[in-house]
Amino acid sequence: MSARRNHAGWWAFLAHRISGVALALFLPVHFLALGTALNGEAALDGFVKWSEQPLVVAAEWVLITLLGAHLAGGLRVLALEFLPWRGWQKTLAALAAAFALAAGLVFALAR
Amino acid sequence: MSRRFEVRLWVAQRATAVVLAACVVVHLAVIIYAVRGGLTAAEILGRTRGSVAWGVFYAVFVLAAATHGAIGLRTVAAEWLGFRGRAAEWTMAAIGLVLLALGLRAVFAVVAA
Repeated sequence: MSARRNHAGWWAFLAHRISGVALALFLPVHFLALGTALNGEAALDGFVKWSEQPLVVAAEWVLITLLGAHLAGGLRVLALEFLPWRGWQKTLAALAAAFALAAGLVFALAR
Repeated sequence: MSRRFEVRLWVAQRATAVVLAACVVVHLAVIIYAVRGGLTAAEILGRTRGSVAWGVFYAVFVLAAATHGAIGLRTVAAEWLGFRGRAAEWTMAAIGLVLLALGLRAVFAVVAA
C-alpha cells in the first residue's frame, strides 16, 4: 500500500466518495417509494410492510450508516476548507467514522 | 468548461452541503424517532399531510440533495471514469432534474396528495 493510501485523510476521502455515490443511487428509489402515497395510504403501507423484511432492514441500517458517514465526512471537508484546523485532520476523520457508526447503531437499536 | 462555471459549481456544492448538513441531522432524528415500535404509513402521513412546515423543509431538502448529488456525481465521473466535457455537463443536468422531479413528486405525495 502506498504512503498516500495508508493515510487517514485518504480513507476519509474514499469513505465520503463511496457513501456519496451510494446515496445518490439510492435517492431515486427512496423518492419512488414515498411516491406510492400518491395511490393512497394503503399503497404506502404496502411498501412499509415490505420494508420490514430482515434483509431490507439490514440495507436500511447500511444506508443510515452511509448517511451518517457522508454527513460527518462532509462536515470534515467543510472544516478543513474553511477553518484553520489542518493539524486536526486525523481527529476529524476519526470523529466522522464514530458519528457514522453511532448513527447506524442508534438506528439499529430503535428499529 | 469555463473557470467561472467550475467556481459556481464549487460554491453550489459547498452551499448545498451546509443546507444538507442541517436537513440530514433533522432527517436522522425523525427517522430514529419514527421507527421506534414499528413504522406505518398512517404514522408517516399523519405527520406530513397538510403540514406546510414539513412541505417546505422537504422541498428545500430535495432541491439541495438534487443539486449536491448531481454535482458530486459529475466530479466522481470526471475523476474516476474520465467522463468530462459537454456530454458530462448534460448528464449532470439531467440527473439533477430527474432527482428534483422525483423528489418533489415524493414531497407532494406525502404532504399534499
